[in-house]
Amino acid sequence: MDITSFISTHRKLLALGFVLLILIFLATFPLYGNEYYINLLTTILMYTVLAVSWAMFSGATGYMSLATAAFFGIGIMATAFLEGTLPSPVIIVIGGLLSAALAFLIGLVTLRLKGIYFTIFTFGFVMFISQTAYYIDSHILGNAWGHELPLPDPGMLHYTMLGLVVVTLLAIYFIRRSRYGLVLLSIGGNEEAAEHMGINTTKMKVILFTISSAFMGAAGAIYAPALVHVEARIAFNVFNSFVPILMAIFGGMGQFYGPVIGAAVFGYLDRTLRVELAEYFMLVFGIMLVVVIMFLPNGITGLIQSLQKTRPIAKLLHRGKEEQHANT
Amino acid sequence: MRILEGQGVTKNFGGLAAVSHVDFHIDQGEIVGLIGPNGAGKTTLFNLTSGALPLSSGEITFKGQKLNGLKPHRVCKIGIGRTFQEIKIFGNMPVIQNVLVGAFFGSPNRISAADAAREASQALEFVGLSAMAGDSIQDLTLANQKRVEVARALATRPELLLLDELMAGLNPAEVSEAMELVTKIRDKGITIFMVEHVMKAIMGICERIMVLHHGEKIAEGTPREIAANKKVIEIYLGEETHAGS
Repeated sequence: MDITSFISTHRKLLALGFVLLILIFLATFPLYGNEYYINLLTTILMYTVLAVSWAMFSGATGYMSLATAAFFGIGIMATAFLEGTLPSPVIIVIGGLLSAALAFLIGLVTLRLKGIYFTIFTFGFVMFISQTAYYIDSHILGNAWGHELPLPDPGMLHYTMLGLVVVTLLAIYFIRRSRYGLVLLSIGGNEEAAEHMGINTTKMKVILFTISSAFMGAAGAIYAPALVHVEARIAFNVFNSFVPILMAIFGGMGQFYGPVIGAAVFGYLDRTLRVELAEYFMLVFGIMLVVVIMFLPNGITGLIQSLQKTRPIAKLLHRGKEEQHANT
Repeated sequence: MRILEGQGVTKNFGGLAAVSHVDFHIDQGEIVGLIGPNGAGKTTLFNLTSGALPLSSGEITFKGQKLNGLKPHRVCKIGIGRTFQEIKIFGNMPVIQNVLVGAFFGSPNRISAADAAREASQALEFVGLSAMAGDSIQDLTLANQKRVEVARALATRPELLLLDELMAGLNPAEVSEAMELVTKIRDKGITIFMVEHVMKAIMGICERIMVLHHGEKIAEGTPREIAANKKVIEIYLGEETHAGS
């Protein structure tokens, strides 16, 4: 058995092994890595949750939500207010549930809107919640200087976020493979036809939008201590609505792992470019996005797939398969 | 037995009555054709039946159950399947998955993944597209995309199937194949209500034909009666026979 046919027959096993290697790396990194890189990885993990959750709903259905920053921010504010009063796992769950509750309400009101109107509403909502939360927090509750959170232990923060990533990826992987994955895709493919095939599209959109935002809220609750100083306008920074979209498009939404790749690349750039270019890092983001959309409309995963179809090695792989069929 | 019945069915779009006081019925096991010039209200009548549009007045009943106010997903689950005049396929999925959507969600009860998969591949086989199950639906010809729509509707296990211009845009050979398919579906025990412009098809396979004009029903009868009906010839078949034959 040569190497190419080995790859083609044990694809799933190899993929699983690869995922395991990455997990082992992530799980052991705090033991030998320095603090800067631990924090960098934590940031990437946080973005992974946002990008994958966003892509699960918006990528599949085509309902482009810009409300990610609102759900993420709710989680951050939950920690800001509850830190020290409750055990942190409880706070994380509360952050997720509050975001889900908010998403449920937004979904009920707006998921009847089609296309651009939904997107505009969700964008406006982030603006609204950012200003309102700032006003309430500083003027009514008297936290004019925001909230100081105790410095987190980088390792602890990293492991908590890694736990959330595992939970999120597993949940979304199974949702995508289940009948609900088909619901999401059919809504994106042709919502009217989906409705006529017996799918209560309004109900399904609200439920799945709610689920996806629970992960975002939990990510915010975990990440909050990394900000150290929290105030509403930081927590609800609209930047956090756009970055996951960049990541998902860059990685490619056709494959489950696309947004993960996007999160890794952009998460890394986000941290390093912020240090080196300060305010100009957004410029680099923008240029990269334009280039990707122009030349790689299906993202990195789309590129990989089209390479697999044309490259000689793919032909070899294919031949290996055919021989196998002939043998059986 | 009457499977579908409409009384005083009316739909107004602003001041325009797209469908106006139409009484109609479909018997179980029939193939009924619905014809009329463009803008006569044929597709609107389908949309009213499938729940895509709410009625302005009147009522439609399916096996005695009132359809008024039911959403399309409810109408589908109680046993009415449909296809669309302008095809509405799921372009982001392979052929078999398009059909799988119907199989999964079309029945009133939750069905297992294995049953849904079986249902979908049977429906696809029924329309003769098993060989293309894994293909991207975008790569299929229009005739085959329409067949996928039929398979998708069949996978929802309908008792009544609404076919909205299944033959439009097909070449003569494809029209004959589509006619065979329609008869085959009826032989399976599914009642058919079809909108069609292709006269050869409608005259060839329908047992009864209804004619709509400006939203009103102006004639009803066997193909022979309709072909001989003066009013119909005047407004509709007159032009068509010149153009067609």
